[in-house]
Amino acid sequence: MKRVIPLLALAMLSTACSIEPWVKPYERANLADPVMNPNRDPASSAYLSHVHDAREGAKGAGLVSGGGCGCN
Amino acid sequence: MPVWFRVVDVAVTRASIVFVLFVLLQLVQTAAAAVLPEDRLDLLYHGYDGGGVEVTGPSVLVRKSFAKSFSGYYNYYVDNVSSASIDVLSYASPYTEKRTENSLGLDYVHDKTAINFGVTASRESDYDADTAYFSISQDMFGDLTNVTLGYSQGNNIVRNNSDPDFEEPADFRSYRLGVTQVLTKDLLFGFAYEAISDEGYLNNPYRSVRYVDTTVPTGFSWQQEVYPQTRTSNAAAFRLNYYLPYRASLYGGYRYFSDTWGIKADTYDIGYTHPIGNWFVDVNYRFYSQNKADFYSDLFPYFNAQNFLARDKELSTFVSNQFGIGATYLFAQNGWGFLKSGSVNFYYNYMLFDYEDFSNVLESTPDTVGQEPLYNMSAHVIRAYVSLWF
Repeated sequence: MKRVIPLLALAMLSTACSIEPWVKPYERANLADPVMNPNRDPASSAYLSHVHDAREGAKGAGLVSGGGCGCN
Repeated sequence: MPVWFRVVDVAVTRASIVFVLFVLLQLVQTAAAAVLPEDRLDLLYHGYDGGGVEVTGPSVLVRKSFAKSFSGYYNYYVDNVSSASIDVLSYASPYTEKRTENSLGLDYVHDKTAINFGVTASRESDYDADTAYFSISQDMFGDLTNVTLGYSQGNNIVRNNSDPDFEEPADFRSYRLGVTQVLTKDLLFGFAYEAISDEGYLNNPYRSVRYVDTTVPTGFSWQQEVYPQTRTSNAAAFRLNYYLPYRASLYGGYRYFSDTWGIKADTYDIGYTHPIGNWFVDVNYRFYSQNKADFYSDLFPYFNAQNFLARDKELSTFVSNQFGIGATYLFAQNGWGFLKSGSVNFYYNYMLFDYEDFSNVLESTPDTVGQEPLYNMSAHVIRAYVSLWF
């Protein structure tokens, strides 16, 4: 299993440029609309995460904002 | 720890190097480009009022791009704390303190790759925290997928204002994987996994646990809490954002958390954003629940009852219901002087915390030790800010 996962990642990445996107760039207007991003203001989102971290035992994997929206 | 977490952990640690190498290799064979974050200034006032604790202060964020491929940012953040929490009222004195945090970072984009590096320094009278973070993200699969790998490291110093000789380190390392996937022209999917390793003095030098003591009139006494010196946490989350048939969005997510202290937590959230003219209105709900740490107890049977001792309500079993509402007013949408656009924002969250094994000792009597009513509290959280894009 330990060796399969990196190999799988390699295979996926090596075909990255040949995949035909099923959502065309000109079809991504809705995804890029600011209403689709409730965490569009980073200072505001960071503060609320800070409140949650202070009041709760759990932490990490918050917001899922690091990846952007893939609509560039 | 669940088996699937171990599998993901292996994938992150072993495959991450391979991932990074291929992400870098792809720099030479890409066409469409990643985009830098927009130049902006945010002036925010934040306020928290709950459980006898008030925290207010500003947060100022400025971000500016330069040399086509770079964007730098700086964030100044302050917490002015006034605390008379139940812990403070139980065995200490109300206090005030100030925490100041400065963050500096840099983003770099090249073709489909974005790299971020930053540092944060937080200072208060009895706690210094220095954090450095790095992430690299790559658009792939026809730009429908974005993968981010991140690492951050924190080196903290814990002090005690009533003991000038006390000074202990508390460090952490965090490894993060994020994937964002375009599913349809109206639906986004996000996944994040984060492993955090803490090491050092992880408890609070001021916090105490209570134990049964029949030699005193109250029936119980206090002793300092003792935590393990290490903690490993795993969190995995997914999120969906859906563009409705009319111009509005529905979003929601789930996070699972577990750690080596025995805490398991579930977090659910759902929200709706609706534009009305130049306004955005947002309503959301968040539910959080966790079980207690293995070494937590509301009342230990005797002094030094076990190696590790905790009575921090954040390590107890509890549920929290949180309701949020907010409004954004957009102005200067066609530009105004040097401004491209701006917004005025106000967000309010109401949070309810119901503790299931943390008693309100302020209502304790000698006859009710260990049977006091359970503690609960509510909190009001506000964010008021102006955002300017230039």
